[in-house]
Amino acid sequence: MIITDQAFLRADGRKGIRNHIVVAYLVECAHHVAREIVYPRREHGVQLIGFGGCYPNDYAARMMRTLCTHPNVGGVLLLSLGCESFNRNSLREAIAASGRPVETLVIQQNGGTRQTIARGRQLLAAMLAQVATVPRATLHVSEFSVGTVCGGSDATSGITANPGIGRAFDRLVAQNAACIFEETGELIGCEDIMTARAATPELAEILRASVTKAARYYTVLGHGSFAPGNAEGGLTTMEEKSMGAYAKSGASRISGLLKPGDLPPRGGLYLLDVVPDGEVRFGFPNINDNAEIAELIACGSHVILFSTGRGSVVGSAISPVIKVCANPETFRRMTDDMDVDAGRILERRASLEEVGREIFDLTLAVARGGITKSEALGHQEFVLTYKSFEPIGPSCLPHA
Amino acid sequence: MNDPRLLMLDPADNVFVAIQTLEAGDCLTVAGQTVTVPARLALGHKLAARAIGAGERILKYRVPIGSATRDIAPGEHVHLHNMKSDYIPTYTLESGSTFSAGHDHH
Repeated sequence: MIITDQAFLRADGRKGIRNHIVVAYLVECAHHVAREIVYPRREHGVQLIGFGGCYPNDYAARMMRTLCTHPNVGGVLLLSLGCESFNRNSLREAIAASGRPVETLVIQQNGGTRQTIARGRQLLAAMLAQVATVPRATLHVSEFSVGTVCGGSDATSGITANPGIGRAFDRLVAQNAACIFEETGELIGCEDIMTARAATPELAEILRASVTKAARYYTVLGHGSFAPGNAEGGLTTMEEKSMGAYAKSGASRISGLLKPGDLPPRGGLYLLDVVPDGEVRFGFPNINDNAEIAELIACGSHVILFSTGRGSVVGSAISPVIKVCANPETFRRMTDDMDVDAGRILERRASLEEVGREIFDLTLAVARGGITKSEALGHQEFVLTYKSFEPIGPSCLPHA
Repeated sequence: MNDPRLLMLDPADNVFVAIQTLEAGDCLTVAGQTVTVPARLALGHKLAARAIGAGERILKYRVPIGSATRDIAPGEHVHLHNMKSDYIPTYTLESGSTFSAGHDHH
């Protein structure tokens, strides 16, 4: 199935559904200047991302590289203070090698704040004109990638929005789209069910190990995963709670395990392992929902399906976020922020199948240029922290 | 026909989920029988869709979410008092307890 003939064709052959320019600060010290450069153009497809740390981190470097060469990104302006550790040259080279226009501004070499902002705005105007002429191409569903995340969950999340997203994922996977789910810490108790869906026995063991790793990590951090409020909401066991989150993955075969920055080699369903490898370092694995969204996007997601019960408002830089609201009362209270009223299931105004179909249709509509609620409201949240990962092995992607 | 206040997430399940809060004294139709709700039951809680024997797996989303610890009648509330986890966590959060007062991620 062809989704659109108006996708943005990048020089590296990848195809985007948005044509953004990202302005990326390479240390917090360059954040303000980057933000000021973006500000006048923030409603015209110019977005701000960055890494705040001054000390080098392979994970952050890889995340920035994959995000700056994401198919939804047409060009990049890098903002460096000048003395930070981030390797701006290798990032610029990677972006240039992808055929995207890239410029670097070093604040210490450009006369400071005022002059760098002025120069940045000039560069941006030229880049916008350049990116506007990017060729268009057909986007087949097998070239399309969708990620899912949940946040602000409540007792309704696991019975409406999450299984609704699961139904949409099943439809997408059946058409050979790449679909990515994550948060191994919320799959504790689902190991047997999940590993039974793995494409190979080796992958099954890898999936199981990723959940064991998450359980250990959270235990070290003193980060329990079943609170009294869960039982008040009707959840009895840990595996039941996990199933609520796991329901987002649908029922398709699991084709592989990714880590942040890995691209799915082909269509299918993939688990993104978001918990760092090795000893517990750098604090919480994911300090908030946007940390997970950024990782899903770094794995190539064109669109994010975000399930919420209590009512998250966030969007994201780079890829549009579709808000699937699980709770009908939240939907009525926060209609401006919500794209899908999955809570209709609770009021017998729709079936799970109908909601799944609506999410699927809306995902394709957004890929054709439809604007999500969070996009319309200007949400472009982004966060990137320190982490460390070992590379995935060949058994993680058995059909690559 | 299922009671409109109850949702079965998968046809293979043996529990319903209450999709609105049920009050004590409310009458439900479960497995062709009329059942009176004995105590207030909040949205999200489970009720047996049929008779479930002690030791039988509780199925929700077509997967086992634990086992019955005693016989459960159709329409009965299914929760901590009559089912338990089958999952033995590698790292128990609090020794001897399924539940901990830890921070709920998300």
